[in-house]
Amino acid sequence: MTAILETKDLAIAFGGHTAVDHISVQIPEKKFTSIIGPNGAGKTTLFNLLSGQLSPTNGQILYKDQDITKLSTTKRTRLGIGRSFQITNVFPNLTVLENVRLAVQSQAKVRYQMLAHFKYYKQFEAKAMELLERVFLDAKAELRAVNLAHGEKRKLEMAMLLALDTEVLLLDEPTAGMSLEEVPAIIEVIKKIKEEEDRTIVLIEHKIDMIMDLSDEVLVLFHGELLAKGTPEEIIENETVQSAYLGGMYDEQLA
Amino acid sequence: MNLRHIERSTWIYIAFALLLFIVPFLFTGRSMLFMIMQVFIFGIFAMSYDLLLGYTGIISFGHAMFFGIGAYSAAIVMDLNDSTLLSLAAGVLVAVIIAAIVSFIAGILTLRLKSHFYAMLTLALAGLFLVAAEKWTSLTGGGEGFTFRLPEFLRDSGTMYMICLISLVVFFFGLRRFTKSPLGKVLVAIRENENRTESLGFQVLHYKVIVSVIAGVIASFAGVLYVLSLRFIDTSVFAVDVTLDALLMTIIGGVGTLIGPLIGAGLVEFAHHWLSDLADVHWIFERWIILYGIVYILAVIFFPLGIAGTIQSKFSNRVTKGLFKK
Repeated sequence: MTAILETKDLAIAFGGHTAVDHISVQIPEKKFTSIIGPNGAGKTTLFNLLSGQLSPTNGQILYKDQDITKLSTTKRTRLGIGRSFQITNVFPNLTVLENVRLAVQSQAKVRYQMLAHFKYYKQFEAKAMELLERVFLDAKAELRAVNLAHGEKRKLEMAMLLALDTEVLLLDEPTAGMSLEEVPAIIEVIKKIKEEEDRTIVLIEHKIDMIMDLSDEVLVLFHGELLAKGTPEEIIENETVQSAYLGGMYDEQLA
Repeated sequence: MNLRHIERSTWIYIAFALLLFIVPFLFTGRSMLFMIMQVFIFGIFAMSYDLLLGYTGIISFGHAMFFGIGAYSAAIVMDLNDSTLLSLAAGVLVAVIIAAIVSFIAGILTLRLKSHFYAMLTLALAGLFLVAAEKWTSLTGGGEGFTFRLPEFLRDSGTMYMICLISLVVFFFGLRRFTKSPLGKVLVAIRENENRTESLGFQVLHYKVIVSVIAGVIASFAGVLYVLSLRFIDTSVFAVDVTLDALLMTIIGGVGTLIGPLIGAGLVEFAHHWLSDLADVHWIFERWIILYGIVYILAVIFFPLGIAGTIQSKFSNRVTKGLFKK
């Protein structure tokens, strides 16, 4: 197994609270890795560290054995680490199509062209439409993103991430807040990427059946620490996980 | 060239520009021509301001500095040399280079931070230039300013009018293309969501510096035209009022559009002129800026898209579509 992403002793503290507590982990290349853990376990914070939204207080992040700890979000995206956001993060006043088209444009490296009219880049629009069809959003292409329903915004996030065509996809709860009818369609999209494309996917999710179905490997975070790591079957049977994760959840609910 | 690909709005703008070309043959009054020229000049200036405010979402409180840099550069170069076309060209060149350097430095220093740092730095720099213009009397003539001679052919107000109009048309269509380019789309993305633009792989700082330099250079060119139309310069070109005028024109006309600042420039300039004439009726009209303050507040509350923005959204129907066709 070769690791495409690796953290070494990675930690970040906000004031006195250590959100990610010295995690050393390897994300295997072209595999499907899921991260689970109760709310506040540091899953999204770990993503923010990997994608460069936050910089760590300690430790290193390696991408293909290259130290990327100090690189900006922009540079990491260009290297091949794309992410979607748990809290929807789109361009509210642009149309759905324009949102995706920007991502396509970035991927095509048309970044500083300031003299040509945009209509000469028809291929961007076609590519963006294709991606919108993939996430079942093509009928809403002309709507402004702010007017989409929550579940649709999640789909838009997905289309934008796919448009970037990155080797690594970091998916932060892609189905959160979706209606029950919408979820299977998105799971299908993710499944298709897993089966048909050579990508490394890292997924944060709460839906256990979805994780068991898709993952090659599961990481369990608990209070910012890496509690366990293994195949879905191993994790299910792991007693520490059972007591800590489930017990922790029950504690939280009782408190 | 295939004309079918040209948008309908382009034809409307071209028709309007052609109409403006025959204005000097209709109005022979010198003051009327001068008024319209001022509208063109401040229109160019306000468009450059809207590149920052409306398209990219950068707030500048010192945009007058570039206007003043352009005005003083041209005036000083023309004053020190004989009044030929060559020295005018040199003046324009000096104006553009200084404006480019200053806007580049201001951009590099502050645009990686949150937007209000740019606002503060430009405000401070504009104040600095104002003081320099007042104190460096050997070069600038201090607070009293100085007059200078223009090349022979520019002394005719008809010629000057044409030069201003051609500049306006060139900048308008140039900027229109610029804002519709792939880079222009990224600018709008930065305004909408800077964070996300970054995570799509765009180097946000580069874009902000590029637009800051372009806006600075265009503003300096407007300053050159301004000083040519007056044949006189004093420190008022660096005043905060000049920036506020551009802000007002942009907000009333419509932020995030190019035609908006032009409409705004027309309204503000003409209203200023007519309201000042009403000063005999009541003293309040002497203080026309008070009225503008009220108009400004009302515009922001009830008319946030401005004139052009409101019309545009009615035509494109985008908003209503979004609300009702969910």
